[in-house]
Amino acid sequence: MALHGKQLGAGDSSGETQAYARRVSIRPIQGWHFLEWREIWAHRELLWVFAWREIKVRYKQTLLGIVWAMLQPFLTMIVFSVVFGHFGKIPSDGVPYPLFTFAALLAWQVFAFGLTQSSSSLVANQQLLTKIYFPRIIIPIAAVLPGFLDFAFASLVFIGLMVYYGVVPTMTIVMLPVFVLLAAIAALSIGLWLSAINVRYRDVRHLLPFLTQLWFYGTPIAYSTSIVPERWHLLFGLNPMVGVVDGFRWALLGAGPFPFRLLLLSLLVTGGLLLGGLVYFTHSEGSFADTV
Amino acid sequence: MIKDQQIAILAEGLGKRYRLGQRARYMTLRESLSKALTAPLRAMHLADRGESDIGQGMRDDHIWAVKDVSFTVKRGEVVGIIGPNGSGKSTLLRILSRVTQPTEGFAEMRGNVRSLLEVGTGFHPELTGRDNIHLNGAILGMKRREVLKKFDDIVAFAGVERFIDTPVKHYSSGMYVRLAFAVGAYLDPEILIVDEVLAVGDYDFQLKCFGKMNEIANEGRTILVVSHNMASIINLCSRAILLRQGKIVKDGPVSEVIAEYVSGSMTGGGEVIWPDVATAPGTETVRFHSVRLLTEEGVCTSEHDISKDIVLQMRWWNLKEGAKIYSALHLKDHQGITVLAASNMPSTVIKPDRWWNSNHPCGLYESTCRIPGNFLNEGMYSITPIIGTNASHTEVLLEKALGFRVHDSGEMRKEYGGVWDGVVRIRLDWETKPLQEEP
Repeated sequence: MALHGKQLGAGDSSGETQAYARRVSIRPIQGWHFLEWREIWAHRELLWVFAWREIKVRYKQTLLGIVWAMLQPFLTMIVFSVVFGHFGKIPSDGVPYPLFTFAALLAWQVFAFGLTQSSSSLVANQQLLTKIYFPRIIIPIAAVLPGFLDFAFASLVFIGLMVYYGVVPTMTIVMLPVFVLLAAIAALSIGLWLSAINVRYRDVRHLLPFLTQLWFYGTPIAYSTSIVPERWHLLFGLNPMVGVVDGFRWALLGAGPFPFRLLLLSLLVTGGLLLGGLVYFTHSEGSFADTV
Repeated sequence: MIKDQQIAILAEGLGKRYRLGQRARYMTLRESLSKALTAPLRAMHLADRGESDIGQGMRDDHIWAVKDVSFTVKRGEVVGIIGPNGSGKSTLLRILSRVTQPTEGFAEMRGNVRSLLEVGTGFHPELTGRDNIHLNGAILGMKRREVLKKFDDIVAFAGVERFIDTPVKHYSSGMYVRLAFAVGAYLDPEILIVDEVLAVGDYDFQLKCFGKMNEIANEGRTILVVSHNMASIINLCSRAILLRQGKIVKDGPVSEVIAEYVSGSMTGGGEVIWPDVATAPGTETVRFHSVRLLTEEGVCTSEHDISKDIVLQMRWWNLKEGAKIYSALHLKDHQGITVLAASNMPSTVIKPDRWWNSNHPCGLYESTCRIPGNFLNEGMYSITPIIGTNASHTEVLLEKALGFRVHDSGEMRKEYGGVWDGVVRIRLDWETKPLQEEP
């Protein structure tokens, strides 16, 4: 009997190819291995289906639905403008404080949503994990996606604010999608770690709100990177969201110089976390169904 | 020897090891960290493999849910997998569906595989029937255009046309499972793996499901099916594999394998014994020695044929000279509902028991009670044996001391293949007679 050792779990359900041409080998996976790209590609439709389900369910039972995605950053912006902008007189790099903080909140919304949702995604879908096969990584990735829709709606508010303050965007705005993507990838890179850890240690549930809150204050949302002493920038910039937020402000408002060093740092940190997250995730996914 | 290209499923030495209780609990980070500090390498290594020994401290608390399982399934074969609860049937299907990894061994699936380990996986109560069909279809591996093509058939099969745009949380439970099964019924795979999902819905729908499965089987698809309903296994499958304690006990023509299963000659499970009188359950007066369930032929087993008598045998020590002792039992179904309570008091028995409430000299006694065949329905039951004194005082009651399963061998249902409701299934006197010719 021919044993096809190298076809480790590959080639299933990749469309209507020749009957019986597809062979799926099942054997214990030993040691470290990396992503099975072909499997993920074959199941790409699930990615959209999961994201679509999340969006649909989210707005089914809420009265305001998508309006929440606009209301949350808007109200936060008002509170910050009053407390930090008006009373605290925190410098806002020469742009109106509400715009200054809202640009950062846009970035933060994508990140915080993605982080929270992806971290709890595997446990939230434990029924699927124990009954259906598909590449597990689809779940945390799909969990990040609805954040883009929220971002789109919150952007409408931002456009309104720009019109109100008479601020005209510059050409730098074309770079915005890159920063949005970076915020989502940063969220996913942590989400991969936490979702996999959450399967075994439910402590993550308690850690998560606390972590997001600390992270929020460690990110220049209510304040500007410029008030952080230069010698601390290297340490400060280890938070990948620092570069992303400064990138948002630069792209949307032309505020400050292009944050080259911080962005480079952000990319390095995110890349490292993502790589580590992928390795850890693929390493532990084999036992998800047994431990969740 | 089967030709290589005829093989649809090939399994060689499959094994799956679980840590006891692994599926039931997870650790907190603190437990793991403190363990990791004391024995860093070992704990990390084990935790990574999902086999942490935290809290147990021992290595021997592993069980093999499936062990040394090898078989081949030819293309177009419909194979039933049977065995008592916990025999590894579902684990085997989960391995072949790639939901969980084997600990050892190797399997190969040749052709596209679709598994129905549960109906309605991924269904969301807030979404409409339409949305859930798309969702469930995608989760089960269908492409969007495939779902669209079969959409009307699925809806018609489930009989939910009028409610297709209603959130499924408003569905009756019957409508819900019908829709859930319907999506699965249109999977159109080369290899279909089905776990105990045939028994959904009401009688009419079960017939429909059954017909659909037969249709799929007749189209030459390869099917691997787990069911506790022997009648449906007999009707659907040509071959069956019997698992006990994770191992293949018998593999062959369906009737032979079911006979082996029902006869239960290989199992224990039908007895509890307390070898030490001092620690046996009981009182100063009486203590149990053993409780057994036997077949008519005297074989001790927890698997019983629907048409055969089941004999409950209780052995107990009388420790008090001259005690007036009676024996009794409660028989409960799987929901814990008492099907019957009985004792050996003279007015309730067929033939008086000479020892009921009489003076017992010290010693070991045996009381037996015969539960007739063609009485209980198929399913799980439990026995609670009771020993009492002075006609009414309960000395010792062993809540659900033994569980057993009644199998439908087909003896009492030759004309019907679906699920049969009821706690009991007895033969009754039926008569129909014509009264007049024209209305």
